[in-house]
Amino acid sequence: MNQDDLANIAVQTKQNDSRYDHVIKVCVAAGCLSANSEQVKTQLESEVKQRGLEGCCKVKGVGCMGLCAAGPLVANEGNEKMFQSVTPADAAAIIDDVVDHKPAPSAIVMDSNLDFFKRQKKIVLENSGEIDPERIEDYIAADGYEALFHVITMLNPAEVIEQITKSGLRGRGGAGFPTGLKWITVAKASGNRKYVICNADEGDPGAFMDRSVLESDPHRVLEGMAIAGYAVGAEKGFIYCRAEYPLAVKRLRVAIREAENIGLLGLNIGDTHFDFKVEVRLGAGAFVCGEETALIASIEGGRGTPRPRPPFPAQQGLWGDPTLINNVETFANIPPIIRRGGEWFASIGTEKSKGTKVFALAGRVKNTGLIEVPMGVTLREIIFKLGGGIPDGRRFKAVQSGGPSGGCVPEQYLDIPVDYDSLASVGSIMGSGGMIVMDDTSCMVDVARFFMDFCMSESCGKCVPCRVGTTQMHNILDRITKGKAGPKDLELLQRLTGMVKAASLCGLGQTAPNPTLTTLRYFMDEYRAHIEEGRCPAGVCHPAKAEAEVSA
Amino acid sequence: MLPTSKVVSPPSDDKRWKIVDGLMRRHGHEPCALIEVLHKVQETFGFLTEESLSYVAASLRVPYSKVFGVATFYHFFTMKPPGKHTCVVCTGTACYIKGAPTLLNAVQEVAGIKQGETTKDGNLSLLTARCLGSCGLAPAAVFDGQVSGKMTTEKVKERIHMYLDSEAMAMEARK
Repeated sequence: MNQDDLANIAVQTKQNDSRYDHVIKVCVAAGCLSANSEQVKTQLESEVKQRGLEGCCKVKGVGCMGLCAAGPLVANEGNEKMFQSVTPADAAAIIDDVVDHKPAPSAIVMDSNLDFFKRQKKIVLENSGEIDPERIEDYIAADGYEALFHVITMLNPAEVIEQITKSGLRGRGGAGFPTGLKWITVAKASGNRKYVICNADEGDPGAFMDRSVLESDPHRVLEGMAIAGYAVGAEKGFIYCRAEYPLAVKRLRVAIREAENIGLLGLNIGDTHFDFKVEVRLGAGAFVCGEETALIASIEGGRGTPRPRPPFPAQQGLWGDPTLINNVETFANIPPIIRRGGEWFASIGTEKSKGTKVFALAGRVKNTGLIEVPMGVTLREIIFKLGGGIPDGRRFKAVQSGGPSGGCVPEQYLDIPVDYDSLASVGSIMGSGGMIVMDDTSCMVDVARFFMDFCMSESCGKCVPCRVGTTQMHNILDRITKGKAGPKDLELLQRLTGMVKAASLCGLGQTAPNPTLTTLRYFMDEYRAHIEEGRCPAGVCHPAKAEAEVSA
Repeated sequence: MLPTSKVVSPPSDDKRWKIVDGLMRRHGHEPCALIEVLHKVQETFGFLTEESLSYVAASLRVPYSKVFGVATFYHFFTMKPPGKHTCVVCTGTACYIKGAPTLLNAVQEVAGIKQGETTKDGNLSLLTARCLGSCGLAPAAVFDGQVSGKMTTEKVKERIHMYLDSEAMAMEARK
C-alpha cells in the first residue's frame, strides 16, 4: 500500500458511488438502532429492490446524524431531505419522496434547516452521518488516511508535533491539557518502547460523544492514534473502551481488521519503516478507570486504582514505559489538523480554547442529541438555539456540564462563552462534553445527592479522603433531602467539600465535591428550604413527611 | 506463592471452556490478559464462579487473590447467575432527570425484587446501569440486551408482566 494505492481506492469508491442518482442514508448508530433503524434499513432495501431501483438508488447505513431524540433518522445524500421517527412502514413514502419527488407525510418530514443543524461546525463529526462506519473505503474516499501518509512520508516527528502545538488543541477528555505539550514530553522521554493509549472509557453519566464517534467514524480515531505513534515513537496502541458500548467495540474491531488487511496499520505502513499496531482492551464498568493511571492499571490486568503522579504516564506509564494517553475526541481532531494545518485549527474558537467541541445534549431540552460547536459559543445559544429550549413550557433552572466532576451552572451565567477557562470560572468544568439541562422539576439538592451517590460508589477506596469523604457527604445530602438535617450539617458539608477536594489522590476525589459546591453556591435557597422549612421547592424530595415520621 | 506452570485442566469437561482456552492462548497466557479472559468467561457462561476464577488464576499464573480482587472490583463482572430475562434500568444523569427512579420503582413493585436481585423462580433479574450512552432517548432501559428508549412506567410494567406471565404460563403448562 502506497500513496497511489490509497488515491486509487478513493477514486474508485467515488466512481462507484456516483453511479447512483440517489443515496438514502439510514442512521445505524446505537441511538437510532434502539429505535429500530435496522428494520427501517432492511425495509428500504427491499422496497428499492421491489421497484427495480437497485441501479440508481442506494440505501446506506451511516453513523450518528445527531438529533437522537427524533430517531430513527433517514436522509438523502445532501441532507436536503431529512426524515424523523421513521418506521419500517414509512419506507415506501420515503422512496416516493426522494426518488419521485412525491412529498412524504409531514409527520416524518424533518426541517433540515433547523438551528440544531445550521449552527453546528463539524470537524470531529464531519463524517458522522455521511460515511458507512464499517467500510474503510468510505473513509478513504472522504480523505481518510491521507494525513497519516503525509506524516510518515513527508514529515519528521518534530514537524508533526509542531503542527499539533501550533493548532492549540487541548485534551478533550476534560482537563484541557495542551496536546502538543503532552506529545513533546512523551517524544522526549527515554525508553526503547513507548505506547499510545486512547481513552474511550467514557464513564461520565450523560455523555455519549466518544461512543458516537467510535460508532460513526472509527478509522478517524485509528488514524489519529497512528499519527501520534509516529510523532512520539510508539509502535503499539491500545484503545481502552467501555464494555457497555458493544457496538463501538465491534466497529472498532472491524475497523482495525480492515486497516490491517490493506496495510494501513501493522508493519511497514505505506511501505515505510513505520510499524503501528492497535489493540482494543475492554473496560469493565469502573468510572475511576477514566483516570489515566487507573486506566493503565486496568490495561495491565489489575484493579483500576490510581497511583500518585509524578511520575506521569508520559514518563512512566504502561508497564513502566513512556505512554501517551489522549481521549477519543482528541485523536479524532488530529487527522484534520494535519490535513489542513495547525493554523487553520487555531483560527477557530477562542483565544485559549481552539477548535470545536462535541457536546452530548440531554435532559430537559427539546432537541436531545449530539452537537459540535466552535469553542466560545454561549451556553444560551447551545440550549435555546440548538437545543430548542425547554419543553412543556417549563422554566430553565441549571445546566450541568462535566458529569460527576462538573458543576451546575445557573441561569445568570448562561451568556458565558463555552471554553475551558470560562466554565472553570463559574465552578464547573468543560469535562468530556456531557451537558444535562434541568428545569424546575429538578431539585438541586437531590441532584447533588445523585452525583455524590455516584462518586461514593465509584470511589476505588484506595485513599481515605475520597472513600470516607464521599460517603460522609452523601450521608449529609441524604439527610437534607429527607428533612433530617440541621443547620450545622450545612457547615459540615462545606468543610468536607474543601477537605475532599484538597486531600484526595486522583481526579475522581478532587472533583467529586464540584456538583455539591456549585449547588451550594447558586441554589442555597433550596438547601435552606429543605432544612429550615422542611420543604422541597421542586417537589422531588419529601422532607416534611420524613420529619413528621421522625417526630412521631 | 505463584502456581507453577504445570498444565491445568478446565474445571469441567464443558465444551465452552475451549472458547476461553482459545482466547488465553491468543494472549499467550499473559497475566495482563486477565480482564479480557474474565470478560470471555462471563460472556460464555453468564457469570463467574469460584471454580472458573481459580482455573483462570492457574492458567494465567496470577494469584487467586488478585483474580478475585479484579472480579469483584469491576461492576461489570457478576458472581451471581443471571435470570432467564434481564431488565437493566439506566440510572445515568439524563435518565435520572427524566424519571429513571420512577421506572425503577415500577419494576421493583411489579416484580417484587430490588435492583441486583433475581426473582425466586430465576426468571427475571433487575439491574441498573450507570449510563448506557443513550441519553438522547432518556429514560432508557435494556430488556434482554435490547436497548429501549423513551420509556414510561406503563411500557416498563407491560414488559415485566410479559416476562413474569410467560413463566407463569409455562409453569401452568408443565402441570
